[in-house]
Amino acid sequence: MQRRTVLAGLGSVAATAAQAAQKPNWMSPALPDGTRDEAILVRPPGKQSLIQLTDRPPNYETPINAFANPITANDRFFVRYHLAAVPTMEELKDWSLTVGGDAADRAVKFAMADLKKNFTQVEVTAVCQCSGNRRGLFDPHVPGVEWGYGAMGNAVWRGVRLKDLLAKAGVKSDAVEVWFAGADGPVMPATPPFRKSLPVALAQRDDVIVATSMNGQPLPHLNGFPARLVVPGWTGTYWMKHLTSIEVSTKPMTNFWVQKAYRVPAGMFPVDLPFASQNDSATWPITEMVVNSLIAAPLDGAKVGRSGFTVRGVAWDRGHGIKTVEVSFDGGKTWKPAELGRDLGNYAFRSFSLASGALPPGPCVVSARAVSNKGETQAVALVRNPAGYHHNVPQTLTVTVA
Amino acid sequence: MMRILIGASLLLASPALAEVKPGPGQDTVEANCAACHTTDYIRMNAPFLTQDGWKAEVGKMRTAFGSPIDDAVAAEIVQYLATQYGPKK
Repeated sequence: MQRRTVLAGLGSVAATAAQAAQKPNWMSPALPDGTRDEAILVRPPGKQSLIQLTDRPPNYETPINAFANPITANDRFFVRYHLAAVPTMEELKDWSLTVGGDAADRAVKFAMADLKKNFTQVEVTAVCQCSGNRRGLFDPHVPGVEWGYGAMGNAVWRGVRLKDLLAKAGVKSDAVEVWFAGADGPVMPATPPFRKSLPVALAQRDDVIVATSMNGQPLPHLNGFPARLVVPGWTGTYWMKHLTSIEVSTKPMTNFWVQKAYRVPAGMFPVDLPFASQNDSATWPITEMVVNSLIAAPLDGAKVGRSGFTVRGVAWDRGHGIKTVEVSFDGGKTWKPAELGRDLGNYAFRSFSLASGALPPGPCVVSARAVSNKGETQAVALVRNPAGYHHNVPQTLTVTVA
Repeated sequence: MMRILIGASLLLASPALAEVKPGPGQDTVEANCAACHTTDYIRMNAPFLTQDGWKAEVGKMRTAFGSPIDDAVAAEIVQYLATQYGPKK
């Protein structure tokens, strides 16, 4: 086999020698040493500064400070691919979407103009979070892409309802799942292409959409141009990028990505809508997100004045919405309610802030914890699971008051 | 296959292969692992994987991802990874 020395280096390196000193600001010391060594800040095509974990396939996370805004800018939005054959923008010019399958009455094909002209356009503000966000913080470490805090983002997604597309093909009464495929693929023919499915009941929900716009702009290339699935409340693995094929099926999907990957111990995490056709006695597919929060400012290790500082961040859950966020300035001994920002919807980031007030000099350990409208709380201790999913232990950071 | 190579090369700017440590098996790792993904995956998952951990990862590449490598090549790769990127002793 030939070495493909040409196939490396997706992004231009934004920082080099000065980088080691910067790392404490944007990388958690809890990440594996190797990750802290190899991850670099880059500007991938069409993006501002992101943390490159791997460039082939492209996996970039959003630096924490970008989450001071509850809407994640398109050029700061994280990028995640399993397989390295990413279609070019040139190749995507001929994009079309087929809808059919053995539980559909007919097969239909749509061009972008059809989606824009012939369907009601709807909007949903929703968090897209990689199932493995914060995997790198697991102790003991779990192999995989060693994400820190930034494999997530919140955007205003606009497009057409999946159920409206399905109606054009006609959904038979014996439909069990809806299967999805995108234009990205593997390098080796023997590698299973990335395919995912949804329960048919979820596919009929009003807010599950095929998005053609993100924050008022076309989808960025690396976030699924020109159309991706948006499944509010469910982890990013279902949000198929470069969506090209939708099949209504009488059978559960069978492949590595649904049967072996993206699974959690049965019943370990709460779900409202079970994915029964993919459950087995030992494991369930990962589906709905868990309640969580992130402090975007100040950064861990920051120096602040004695007059104090304001904690800013975001909280989110699986679609019940955020009830409260509490902040501690004393390492978790006491907690105060934070002020919640504008409500952008139950699937969106909810911003929060709280001023510390005057502080004595020395270290100040800051933490935040969210409660959902369902009453669900962040984990007190890490809920270990084999693939390193759903890390929602409250983040703890230390600032120095001087 | 052509589509893939054209697609990839348009995206990619730097000619450098991500560097892995020199040692017996380095060429085998670069020739096989780097066919599908950057060797940054190796560095990213170090130094916490033991010999058994690396063996499981290489096994996954063969059984789940269809890597065509044979037993001997797999063993050489596992030995390299465990030696160069295993837990610090």
